[in-house]
Amino acid sequence: MEKKPENKGYVLRKLFFASLYLSTFTFGGGYVIVTLLKEKFVDQYHWIDEEEMLDLVAIAQSSPGAVAVNGAIVVGYKLGGIPGTVLSVLGAILPPMVILSLISMFYNAFRSNFYIAALLKGMTAGVGAVIISVVYDMGKKIVKAKDWVNVVIMAASFCASYFLNVNIIYIILAVALFGMVRTLIRGDREK
Amino acid sequence: MIYLQLFFSFLKIGAFSFGGGYAAMPLIQEQVVSLHSWLSMEAFTDLVTIAEMTPGPIAVNSATFVGSQIAGPLGAVTATLGCILPSCIIVTFLAYIYTKYRNLSLLQGTLASLRPAIVAMIAKAGVAILISSFFIDGTISLVYQNVCVRMILFFAGALVLLRKMKMNPILVMVLCGVANVAYVVITGGI
Repeated sequence: MEKKPENKGYVLRKLFFASLYLSTFTFGGGYVIVTLLKEKFVDQYHWIDEEEMLDLVAIAQSSPGAVAVNGAIVVGYKLGGIPGTVLSVLGAILPPMVILSLISMFYNAFRSNFYIAALLKGMTAGVGAVIISVVYDMGKKIVKAKDWVNVVIMAASFCASYFLNVNIIYIILAVALFGMVRTLIRGDREK
Repeated sequence: MIYLQLFFSFLKIGAFSFGGGYAAMPLIQEQVVSLHSWLSMEAFTDLVTIAEMTPGPIAVNSATFVGSQIAGPLGAVTATLGCILPSCIIVTFLAYIYTKYRNLSLLQGTLASLRPAIVAMIAKAGVAILISSFFIDGTISLVYQNVCVRMILFFAGALVLLRKMKMNPILVMVLCGVANVAYVVITGGI
């Protein structure tokens, strides 16, 4: 299935523009972008085979950092090595950088405007609702899975962060270490 | 040295935000609002709103915004580089490991345990945003003058639109904003 693309310059150009395009027009975060990357490079160009793409996506989603950037890295690395990675990452971060630089330039002038201030103030209630709604969905999934260790992790990390003010990075490190040990023990049991 | 501070703060954000989407938000709040006071809680909330309404990952959006607010265009570039550098190293390394061993089970097992912790962190950041929205001086005190009842009503309305009517989140946010503008125009004061 996998066709080796002939011309390296052509591939690099395609990579950059695909990534630039997706990053400019995709609202709704990394998960959407990853799906679109798959459509482009697997279904349209046939440069990566389906199964390998699934694993690349898994790497992008389980690594730290923005999923959209990680997706650009895996596809870029797979198709164009280091130059491919650099170009596709550049394509992915240029649009948000340009947009936010512009917003930042006008932010202070806008913010002191009476109506803009009222608009932004009102929107905080909406943003709060969006976040609470996301948390509810994610939390429900964890409780419903009935893996009580995970429920305890959730409650304990909330308490550690909210009431004890423990630095988030320490919480992440501790839970990651715990998760690693847990995965290793489970793996041994299965053998 | 402000550039180094920006770089390392966003490096930490990039290195410890697992799970995509909102996972970076609590880390950004901790670094940018709590530890370095680069943004007020109010400006941070604006930033989350703006990031929500524009394309691009929240971490990259925040790096550019905070960087340019604090140290101009060069600050924006430094912060953004800091935020994507861990990804570039870790993801490339994992892609390399993967092509060698074709096995990701340890990574995915670890991530499964991390997910509940991430939900808890996002919840904490969400609560902080709500507190700054509901209470005029930004702290929980149930004195009548300090509670912004209007915001609580907007919040409740937004939840109904999101959950029951399945409305697009961006539209819900804009509606809340417009409702507040309508309120201040009618009553003539914030």
